[in-house]
Amino acid sequence: MGVEGIGAPVARKEDRRFLTGKGRYTDDMTAPGMKYAVFVRSPHAHARIERIDVTEAKTMPGVIDVLDGEQLLADGIGNLICGWMIHSKDGSPMRMGVWRPLADKTVRYVGDAVAVVVADSVAEARDAAEAVIVDYDPLPVVTDPVQALRDGQPQIHSEAPGNLIFDWEIGDAAAVDRAIAGAAHVTELKVLNNRLSPNPMEPRATLGIYDPGDDHYTCYTTSQNPHVARLVMSAFYNVAPENKLRVIAPDVGGGFGSKIYIYPEEIVCLWASKRTGVPVKWTSDRTEAFLTDAHGRDHVSTVQMAFDANHRITALKVDTISNLGAYMSLFSSAVPTYLYATLLSGQYDIPAIHANVRTVYTNTAPVDAYRGAGRPEATYLLERTMETAARELGISPAELRRINFIRSFPHQTPVIMNYDAGDYDASLNAAMAAADVDGFAARRAESERRGMRRGIGMSCYIEACGIAPSAAVGSLGAGVGLWESAEVRVNAVGTIEVMTGSHSHGQGHETTFAQLVADRLGVPIDSINIVHGDTDKVQMGMGTYGSRSGAVGMSAIVKALDKVEAKAKKIAAHIMEADESDIVVEDGALKVAGTDKLVPWSQVALAAYTAHNLPAGMEPGLKEGAFYDPANFTFPAGCYICEVEVDPETGKTTIAQFVAADDFGNIINPMIVEGQVHGGIAQGIGQALLEGVHYDPDSGQLLTASYMDYAMPRADDLPSFKVSTSNTPCPNNPLGIKGCGEAGAIGSPPALINAITDAIGNNALTMPATPEKVWAAVQTGH
Amino acid sequence: MYETNYHRASSIDEALKLMGSSAEGKYLSGGMTLIPTMKQRLAAPSDLIDLRHIAEMKGIAVDGRTVTIGAASTHEEVATSDRVKAVCPALCALASHIGDPHVRHMGTVGGSVANNDPAADYPAAILALDAMVVTDRREIKAGDFFTGLFETALSDGEIIIAIRFEAPERASYQKFANPASRYAMTGVFVARRDAGDVRVAVTGAGSNGVFRHAGLESALAGNWSPDAVTNVMVDPSDLLSDLHATAPYRANLIKVMARRAVAAA
Repeated sequence: MGVEGIGAPVARKEDRRFLTGKGRYTDDMTAPGMKYAVFVRSPHAHARIERIDVTEAKTMPGVIDVLDGEQLLADGIGNLICGWMIHSKDGSPMRMGVWRPLADKTVRYVGDAVAVVVADSVAEARDAAEAVIVDYDPLPVVTDPVQALRDGQPQIHSEAPGNLIFDWEIGDAAAVDRAIAGAAHVTELKVLNNRLSPNPMEPRATLGIYDPGDDHYTCYTTSQNPHVARLVMSAFYNVAPENKLRVIAPDVGGGFGSKIYIYPEEIVCLWASKRTGVPVKWTSDRTEAFLTDAHGRDHVSTVQMAFDANHRITALKVDTISNLGAYMSLFSSAVPTYLYATLLSGQYDIPAIHANVRTVYTNTAPVDAYRGAGRPEATYLLERTMETAARELGISPAELRRINFIRSFPHQTPVIMNYDAGDYDASLNAAMAAADVDGFAARRAESERRGMRRGIGMSCYIEACGIAPSAAVGSLGAGVGLWESAEVRVNAVGTIEVMTGSHSHGQGHETTFAQLVADRLGVPIDSINIVHGDTDKVQMGMGTYGSRSGAVGMSAIVKALDKVEAKAKKIAAHIMEADESDIVVEDGALKVAGTDKLVPWSQVALAAYTAHNLPAGMEPGLKEGAFYDPANFTFPAGCYICEVEVDPETGKTTIAQFVAADDFGNIINPMIVEGQVHGGIAQGIGQALLEGVHYDPDSGQLLTASYMDYAMPRADDLPSFKVSTSNTPCPNNPLGIKGCGEAGAIGSPPALINAITDAIGNNALTMPATPEKVWAAVQTGH
Repeated sequence: MYETNYHRASSIDEALKLMGSSAEGKYLSGGMTLIPTMKQRLAAPSDLIDLRHIAEMKGIAVDGRTVTIGAASTHEEVATSDRVKAVCPALCALASHIGDPHVRHMGTVGGSVANNDPAADYPAAILALDAMVVTDRREIKAGDFFTGLFETALSDGEIIIAIRFEAPERASYQKFANPASRYAMTGVFVARRDAGDVRVAVTGAGSNGVFRHAGLESALAGNWSPDAVTNVMVDPSDLLSDLHATAPYRANLIKVMARRAVAAA
């Protein structure tokens, strides 16, 4: 590795811009004549709209227009859709209710958009929005997914009787039941996975610009995948054909999944721009973000894990109810099915698994992928169960895991996944050494002398990144392919632009992708620009989510680089009158191996563009594109160990130590990887200790609509993390990368809850483990 | 935020005049609660009259054990006052844990006391220190001042000029912070003047705002030690229950915080 190549901890190129306040976010964008949109939102969780009166609002100062769902429908704008078809176990397709960008006759959650005001200023638009009179006829409300499935509950969509969207299963139920019946021990647990609000630092925003001269639309938006946004808005929402719609996702301040989806506001601002004749910008405030950004998690599960007399797992049976909220968001159906149940084998050799998943409509915000997306739910369920089983069986949690680890690869699980590589003992051993597990007893004794309780807990997670290949996900119901594209454009002076379909919203692609090119061609990273986020600049791409940009996005760049390098070698061989097979690329030059003959990279590039002296028949130019469709998922894995001290008098938990030992495959930039792990663990600790979305069960009002009530982790809630990696390269992509973006959020919650339950001697604890819950559990523990 | 007119008063007389001439005026003294409320369009004063720059309301004086804190003093000024620290360090510690550095440099004692948020820290100190609330027209005893949630004995237009109290022999404030807002989920201020005179004020927990706890006071008056708290009954029936903490849990926190406060005093 060079100082800027693969494996080097290069400081992030994009940080100069971000740290000096020069980032350009959607809300920074302007257009001549631009006006501002404010949405009229439902204050009711469930109601029929009797009447919308905009008469007074339209006369208010600065108001351009007030538009509602009737006009949107009349203009032929389509319904929002879920792009992944799931079939119930009886073969019937999922029952998707209608989601209008502006509500038509019925509102189904607090925050549902009803109308939009366009005005000269945000303040005037707000004033007018308050003057829009909406007569609602309130309907009964249900927010709890278990309750929503019972008889006699409010019916949220006529298309989904009993609020059931689908009743899906995976695995062999009969084999699992047989194994449970013959088991030496069965561990049973009820597991709740709390609902989370994504809280990216930058709230959602969009600017819709309609150009009547060309009948063309431009959409600036806070998106993790602008091409997917353009595809969906064209193909399903009838906003405009793809060639008449440019989508730009400029700097984006965090997504965590919540900016994958196309929301009503993008569609409405584009449409409103055409209706009003002015560019229309909307920026969410923080309360709107809490109300309307797609939430994450919200599972209620029961689990049975069967063991033989030697403590080997013989079967796993899972029943899950998943709350999808009031509408099916873009990938909502995939999260509690193929991104969840397929990971239930964890790091263990489990002969039989069966999972049943029911998804449910409720009068709450839509739920979709949030950092980890299904995999945190699977890991939490499995690792809480493993720890519980170890306690019941009277053996150490580490030993129980070792007994059941998968050790030969490839390994086919009973739930689709085929693990390609891993070394679970290595990460367990590394984590146990770093955590000084042997010294725990002494530390616990010291805590107890101070009247405190100390506990230790672990979690051995596996996840699946770079969801693929396209043909496989297509057969499972995906509406899109999951490849990635890249184009490497060498300029005439040798500098390089890389167009990627991935999108960076905090991940550091401008640095890591440049490191890949620098490593390959021996040119400085300052001569390389990474271009992303604009459908006019970048060929079709699938965007960034599911830790796919390294494994899939960079692999596409490798393929394009292969082609560039092959052509450059031909040119160099021609110039130096050498054999093409003798040419090597080193230190920014093309050399004849074993000689001192060389041509600088810049000279080869210039030769390609002057075309004065190219091999016979060769096209001028040096620019190549590639599409990469992976052969398999990648499988990052690791072991996290958390040690906590609990104050039994108040229930307050302090994290004494947090160790993460991960296997991410090969690493491009260890500093960025460490940052991703830190951020992921912070979010996981947030889920386990602090965060939780709460709706009032009777009114459906969101009770956690601000930071006064929604507890985000702060720096002083977190310890210093001890992180390390031990890598088994992924055999299925050219760089051996597995992905690291979500691991921290996946692996950490069960480690924390296992540690707290160990400390207090009471296993009945749900997330977030607030001081009161822990205090109450202490009262009934040992 | 709705449109409003901002005025910076330079004297108490000017502030009173501005208030008298405004349709629906509000005093602003840091605005750490009022401004967010206005941003959410939950308050719409026609005029904001800023009291933070009135000279008569600034400054901290300590005369013997008599402490007088100008109402426009920021939390930061109280937290870092060596003179206050010398006679009543508990008050400095309390101020140093309000909000974050931004809040502490903007928020004021007078603003906090006049707002009487049921989870604010200062009301517990004012009550336990038996402080006098000095206004532009009278002096109000702490025991008479706090009258309910966000309610005080202040008349329309009345301005708090200063807080005055005799520094106790020992005092401590222990706060269990709400994990989200970091306001007091339960905060207990204990102050002991001499063997027979102990005051215990509780914030963040009472369903009617800050209050003194007679049982804790008499137990500690008889025996000033953490153990004296152990057998005191704290009745949860008058305590708040919300998303973050039930009344029984707050009852427990009152005892735990009281015990720790006595130990730390």
